[in-house]
Amino acid sequence: MEPSLFDKAHHATIQRFGRTIQMYAPLYLSNECIDTCRYCGFSRPNKILRQTLTIDAVLNEAQFLINQGFRHLLLVSGEHPKKVSLDYLTEITKILRPKLALLSIEVAPFEEDAYRKLTECGVDGVVLYQETYNREIYKKVHLGGPKKDYDKRLEFVEAACRAKMRFVGLGILLGLAPWREEMPELIAHAKRLMKKYWQTQFTISLPRLKPCASDFAVPHPVTDEAFAEIIAQLRLALPEVGIILSTREKPALRDRLLKIGVTQMSAGSKTEPGGYLHPEEAGKQFELSDHRTPAEVAAAITKAGYEPVWKDWI
Amino acid sequence: MVTESISSVPSPAGDILKIGNQTFHSRLLMGTGKFASFSIMKRALEASHAEMVTVALRRVDISRHEKDILQFIDPKKYWLLPNTSGAKNATEALRIARLAKEAGIGNWVKLEVIPDPRYLLPDGAETLKAAEVLVKEGFTVLPYIQADPILAKQLEEVGCATVMPLGSWIGSARGLKTKDALEIIIEQAQVPVVVDAGLGVPSHAAAAMEIGADAVLVNTAIATAEDPVKMAEAFKLGVEAGRTAFLAGRVEEKMWGEASSPLKGIL
Repeated sequence: MEPSLFDKAHHATIQRFGRTIQMYAPLYLSNECIDTCRYCGFSRPNKILRQTLTIDAVLNEAQFLINQGFRHLLLVSGEHPKKVSLDYLTEITKILRPKLALLSIEVAPFEEDAYRKLTECGVDGVVLYQETYNREIYKKVHLGGPKKDYDKRLEFVEAACRAKMRFVGLGILLGLAPWREEMPELIAHAKRLMKKYWQTQFTISLPRLKPCASDFAVPHPVTDEAFAEIIAQLRLALPEVGIILSTREKPALRDRLLKIGVTQMSAGSKTEPGGYLHPEEAGKQFELSDHRTPAEVAAAITKAGYEPVWKDWI
Repeated sequence: MVTESISSVPSPAGDILKIGNQTFHSRLLMGTGKFASFSIMKRALEASHAEMVTVALRRVDISRHEKDILQFIDPKKYWLLPNTSGAKNATEALRIARLAKEAGIGNWVKLEVIPDPRYLLPDGAETLKAAEVLVKEGFTVLPYIQADPILAKQLEEVGCATVMPLGSWIGSARGLKTKDALEIIIEQAQVPVVVDAGLGVPSHAAAAMEIGADAVLVNTAIATAEDPVKMAEAFKLGVEAGRTAFLAGRVEEKMWGEASSPLKGIL
């Protein structure tokens, strides 16, 4: 009997990554943002409590995560070049990186020179989603701010590659455009980049749109079943790419997807700045569905027959 | 230099492998990545009878104490070989090797310099550069390389303890795709040749030993098997069969058939 799509994806993942899941946590620096994006809780017109953490507050949040076992952190913020500046990020990186094994950023894009500075002071990865490869839809949901420029955003990804970032994260927001049209575009983009930047390690995230302060109706919702199929197809198309899954998804689905193709997972996340030590004070980016503690997520991974990997770099 | 053995596991006719200042009875080296848990890894190591075990320093977190991978590898039973997995160039490899030494994991290093995250192929030029520095700093260096006979000789000349050419791409389970080049490396080597990477089943390991490799290193094929412990044992047997066959001296391949009980001169 021909193995199912899910079996094939499962075997391809194990062959490449073994029975392991890399653990990471997002650390939200700021929810201030100059972009107007219809789907995002941080969108400029939204009336939420805005906050940018002081460097001390960032370090306190980081220490909380380190105490929980995390050595891989992802710094996240809205787009605000004055509040979340290059200097702010380099200062945080210089203090934080020696305590970690891996530090990535998901903040406003930078030019190549700035990325180079970030690489030099210890940033390992840049996450920069195109959100959608459908230009029409891109235009309709990105109404104001620098993010409006579709081509510029694509170019920033290459700037990060040229600056020799070790990891570069690509992604789309599932739900914005029909996924059967989006996935081939995403895969083709990844393949083009892999040829050109053959030393860069690419990862892919596929966040599904969730309710947020923007009250945005998801134009093309993706069901759980379709989501599982998407992960499997992606794994078979790009066997060497790390696939990241956030706590936007429910525990039962997360436990299922790790057997299909996911290789990296967050746990115990908060999506508001300062949320680990002072939850629910500032506005959050989106609602979460997996509220288990990192230890509980790790236990579920172990139970599924996988090793949670807390440290995977130097 | 004092030569000491770390195990008394029986092996074909006292056949001993000497690498650097250490001797080994087992010719199967094991990697420790990709296992579903450290306890399964530990049992697979036991079943393999390996005496040398490589660990990615990137995975080691000494601050985690009881949950760290090193807690599952008994240093009395296994000779620990930290590797520089993740290093993309000589500078990163040097940094990792020195960190391992500082952390007290010893001064042996499996040198991996891999700039390409897709096929995970080693960079010969950077490997040679790093090897030269590490040897001078007193490390015992075991470099992972393409099956490149010239590079193998160059690494030998700068003082590496072995060369570790690939059979095929890491994790590919494709077997000895580089066999012809491996034979040249084995023929010319004055240091042990360890075939590393790409061995998918015990017959691949046996084939490497039959052509005269001194040892093999296996990880993915064992760690990702349905039953890693059983597969570890199978590789142990494969390596022993291949080694014993090599020592026994194989018959030549011929173009014609030849009867097992020849009838000569009776008529």
